[in-house]
Amino acid sequence: MTATNPTTLDPAGGASAPPAGLRPVRRPSKDRAAETRRKWYEIIGLTTPAIVVYVTFVLVPMGFALYYSLFRWRGVGPPTEYIGFDNYVMAFQDPIFLDALRNNAIIVFGSLLLQGPVALGVALLLNRHFRGRTLFRLLAFVPYVLAEVTVGIMWKLILTPNGSLDALLQSIGLGGLVQAWLADLDIVIWTLLFVLTWKYVGFAIILLLAGLSNVPQELNEAAAIDGASWWQIQRHVTLPLLGPTIRIWMFLSMIGSLQVFDVIWVTSVPAVRSLGASATMATYMVDNGFFARLWGYGNAVAVILFVISFVAALLFQRFLLRRDIQGATTGRAN
Amino acid sequence: MTANATLSPSRRRRPVSWGNPLTYGLALAVAAVSIVPVLYVIIGGFRTTPQIVANPAGLPDPWVFDNYARVLTQSGFWTQAFNSAVIALGTTLGVVLLGVCAAFVLARYTFRGREVLYTFFTLGLLFPAGAAILPLYLMLRDMNLINSYFAVMLPQIAFALPLTIVILRPFLSAIPRELEDAAAIDGTGRLGFLWRIMLPLSRPALVTVGILAFVASWNAFLLPLLVLGDASLHTLPLGVQNFSSQYTSDTAGILAFTSLAMLPALLFFTFAEKQIVGGLQGAVKG
Repeated sequence: MTATNPTTLDPAGGASAPPAGLRPVRRPSKDRAAETRRKWYEIIGLTTPAIVVYVTFVLVPMGFALYYSLFRWRGVGPPTEYIGFDNYVMAFQDPIFLDALRNNAIIVFGSLLLQGPVALGVALLLNRHFRGRTLFRLLAFVPYVLAEVTVGIMWKLILTPNGSLDALLQSIGLGGLVQAWLADLDIVIWTLLFVLTWKYVGFAIILLLAGLSNVPQELNEAAAIDGASWWQIQRHVTLPLLGPTIRIWMFLSMIGSLQVFDVIWVTSVPAVRSLGASATMATYMVDNGFFARLWGYGNAVAVILFVISFVAALLFQRFLLRRDIQGATTGRAN
Repeated sequence: MTANATLSPSRRRRPVSWGNPLTYGLALAVAAVSIVPVLYVIIGGFRTTPQIVANPAGLPDPWVFDNYARVLTQSGFWTQAFNSAVIALGTTLGVVLLGVCAAFVLARYTFRGREVLYTFFTLGLLFPAGAAILPLYLMLRDMNLINSYFAVMLPQIAFALPLTIVILRPFLSAIPRELEDAAAIDGTGRLGFLWRIMLPLSRPALVTVGILAFVASWNAFLLPLLVLGDASLHTLPLGVQNFSSQYTSDTAGILAFTSLAMLPALLFFTFAEKQIVGGLQGAVKG
């Protein structure tokens, strides 16, 4: 790539070079037209690949989902049997789908309520300056780095009947607590909520630590000089400044919880899932759309999942995220 | 990493001291909860299945290396690791390349419709990737891409772009205007400026988005599950799942396979942890 670019150079040369800090001087109009054209070539050339890939693989499939969802269709040949909104009606009449909705709600609220306080506590702890802090941080992040599938298989082995958790409980005299953790229809969703919490709390910790490192040390030091205790500093100085980070995490956690698939899929027994005890919208969608080849129906579930996520995201943004997003879009800290 | 340190003045070096016992107690508890299940799996791989059945929570006695040897020599582990690496590297390259070009335009050019274009990309953050998976499968089938690396890489690049652009744009915007003017006076065009000045200066942010894309791709399960039916193309997460459902009675083998599958991610993360936390600072600034 040669760097020489006559159109951006002032033809008069260094004599009329603009003072530092000001925009270059206005050029004759012919050059300006060429410059504008060139600018647009660059804009189009640089953004087109991203736009094409993004539109093709993110937006277009969503459009197709909407279209296919109006047909009864087994995925062979083009869809022809138009049935309007019957697929949607069918979904909301299926008790297993309603169970999946309930399970998603449990995971959304359960994740927020469990992970938030835990992550905050751990982040404040690991933000203190002490020897070995880096190592402890690394260990706390481990579950988040592991693939969902690995985590799922791992816990499946630990939670298996007569497995290590049961053995552990028995050895410390809590044998009465032993359950069919992943097979009991009433318990499995809570077991899965625990596994998901274990897996994802590290993400909240990472975000909060990143947020904490933006809190100016001077503020804490000033409060300490004024005689505030560690707790008072966290409560009245640090926490309020973490507000935006906490809200962004809540947002990401909510969207993630609505589409959770991997951990549930590999951990729960298919029979338990198909009874609705551990199904989520995403596992229900893949079970029906892909494996049972009910493409029209599966796509209707996809649209419902999308609409719920979208509405939740908009509401969240409207009421909680607005200030943070404003800061982000203008590229300035607020 | 050094560039990153200079960009965040609040992370000045402070004297590190020994914390109090309570701090260590709590930190140890956190570390134990995180790491004990993982250790259980890794150590379990050194036992035999009868050992595990007899005493599920015990230590290996004696230690056996056969499970790990078996997985490494017989199970397709290396093929799957290779496939995962190709797909994750391809995805990362695509995300960084397309992302930095688009973010550069959104950060450094003034033109009509710029904010519309930015909003258009950020909308992608609201799209649950999982919801598009069925039509995505059908589309890839029509494009004859099923059972190819591209069937995984292209959608992964597309879905990683919104976050990449959101992280990169403020970073690229923050690079002083004066540098661009100085480059122009020296006869460097905007593209030369992108290549010679922006890219080196924004390396920390590029590494962060690269790591995020790489880890997401390395761990991905649903998309590969649907579009990679051909076993020779399977990635590690698919391999773990297959192995565990194929050899249900071989608990020790599953533990060994699962341990080996998590090893690359753990090593990689150990080296990249500072970078991830550092790079996210800009994105979550209050």
